[in-house]
Amino acid sequence: MLRRNFLRLVTLMFAGALFAAPANAVVEIDINKGNVEPLPIAVTDFLQGELAQKISDVVAADLKRSGLFAPIDKGAFIEKIANPDAAPRFEDWKVINAQALVIGRVTQEGDGRLKAEFRLWDTFAGQQMLGQQFYTQPENWRRVAHIIADAIYERITGEKGYFDTRIVYVAESGPKNARKRQLAIMDQDGFNARALTNSNDIVLTPRFSPNRQEITYMSFENQQPRVYLLQLETGQREVVGNFPGMTFAPRFSPDGQRVIMSLQQEGNANIYTMDLRSRTTTRLTNTNAIDTSPSYSPDGARVVFESDRGGKQQLYVMGADGSGQTRISFGDGSYSTPVWSPRGDLIAFTKQSGGKFSIGVMKPDGSGERILTTGFHNEGPTWAPNGRVLMFFRQNAGAGGPQLYSIDLTGYNEQQIQTQGFASDPAWSPLME
Amino acid sequence: MSRIDAPAASRMQTIARNPVMLALVMTLAVAGCASKKNLPNDAAGLGLGAGAATPGSQQDFTVNVGDRIFFDTDSSSIRADAQATLARQAQWLAKYPNYAITIEGHADERGTREYNLALGARRAAATREFLAGQGVPANRMRTISYGKEKPVAVCDDISCWSQNRRAVTVLGGAGS
Repeated sequence: MLRRNFLRLVTLMFAGALFAAPANAVVEIDINKGNVEPLPIAVTDFLQGELAQKISDVVAADLKRSGLFAPIDKGAFIEKIANPDAAPRFEDWKVINAQALVIGRVTQEGDGRLKAEFRLWDTFAGQQMLGQQFYTQPENWRRVAHIIADAIYERITGEKGYFDTRIVYVAESGPKNARKRQLAIMDQDGFNARALTNSNDIVLTPRFSPNRQEITYMSFENQQPRVYLLQLETGQREVVGNFPGMTFAPRFSPDGQRVIMSLQQEGNANIYTMDLRSRTTTRLTNTNAIDTSPSYSPDGARVVFESDRGGKQQLYVMGADGSGQTRISFGDGSYSTPVWSPRGDLIAFTKQSGGKFSIGVMKPDGSGERILTTGFHNEGPTWAPNGRVLMFFRQNAGAGGPQLYSIDLTGYNEQQIQTQGFASDPAWSPLME
Repeated sequence: MSRIDAPAASRMQTIARNPVMLALVMTLAVAGCASKKNLPNDAAGLGLGAGAATPGSQQDFTVNVGDRIFFDTDSSSIRADAQATLARQAQWLAKYPNYAITIEGHADERGTREYNLALGARRAAATREFLAGQGVPANRMRTISYGKEKPVAVCDDISCWSQNRRAVTVLGGAGS
């Protein structure tokens, strides 16, 4: 397992200047503008050797996939970087319209650790924007690349990145009427995928704890559909609570101390929390309806959920103690799987209308509804930790199974995440601190 | 909280020891190969003569009584055709009191996962309630919802979705 302190970050100084002052920088992306023109950036092969080049390739791929950067074809480069510590020939990069330039070097220390260094240059201002170095074990090379990409993303957009994150999801295989499901985890770019479970029991809806060390999910183990906890490091599993019926739709509270979920009794589902330390359970809703898919606001003060108490599934917001249950969705069709943005400003949902399934967002008061994508079947959005990108699963008619996709909050830059087989129920991890 | 340490192997042994479970799995597999629309709730779908089933057997229940009922979209109301099937099930279960049953509630795929788990549970509960009204003792019945996770018909149109919105009465071992 990766530990929080495995990386050491050192700021690289160049020519006496620590950072170019932000006021002097001309390279920036305003990602609030919607369909922004991607910023042309030159990501040079890090020196020296195969692993160094693989790291710079992952950096370029992350930046490209974000839709905010357009890495320039390396064939167009004029200057060949020989010394990463020297200032580049800015004219050579300006002439190919590289507004930003990334240069790096990867070396192996005497103790076997990798040392990865990079510098980000503003070519038109002729200034270094960023210079950092990291030490890590060689097997963590992809993580180092993602951390470098996050640093570049944050320096240029002013927003936190999301590349050093993981996705937990359900890997599906076999025919539709005899589907095998396994919990699986991978990096956000689809690499380093591995299964977390291997049994014939149905497993569904995995979600990360805030510290990324635990997963809560639902399993049909022993023909008893229940919410479970899984410790990622040890593989230890536990049932959450001792409830008299099916429990499902779990999520952690933002402080990680509670799991919120639905309990099914007869024809009704109501929302409960369980405190993981005291093991006390609290009932939050009490209706003859299906109340499910609860999701906390990032401050933990409110919960959004879906209910068919008014006939069709609609979204409701209540206090974290169950008070003040208020419907917020009023458009055509039905709304489900609400998920509160990590920024707190929006709620993502699945909407069914006119035989189509859409992914959309609205403000927590229900205003400002925007549909990001529509099709035969799109379901189950999850937010990147910076609240700028959503992942969901999509099944096209006749496709045989679902696949994972990501899309910008703007509705642009839809991308499929490559998985070995079918995949569903993605949940994005928080950023590692 | 309880620790889970039951190995997967013990589950397989349980299934292997239970011929009723195996028979059900095979029945569904046959239906899946033969046609994506026909279900094994009539003799023709299985290619079996109605007389082939031994009275009181799993096959008798599935073929001559009907082991499943269907629902309208988003509904858990027991339709008239389903009421007739459940009445036959209740009579059969009265005649063969050794069977306990599990009522499986299912949903079609045209809904979101968590809602469909609850909808399947609602259908199973409505089915159990109807059977109880027909005299099946509560202690012989348990319910489980599989939501949209176990479709029997796999096409992407209404002909399949209507087959997947179902409650299936599965015969277990000796009743308690």
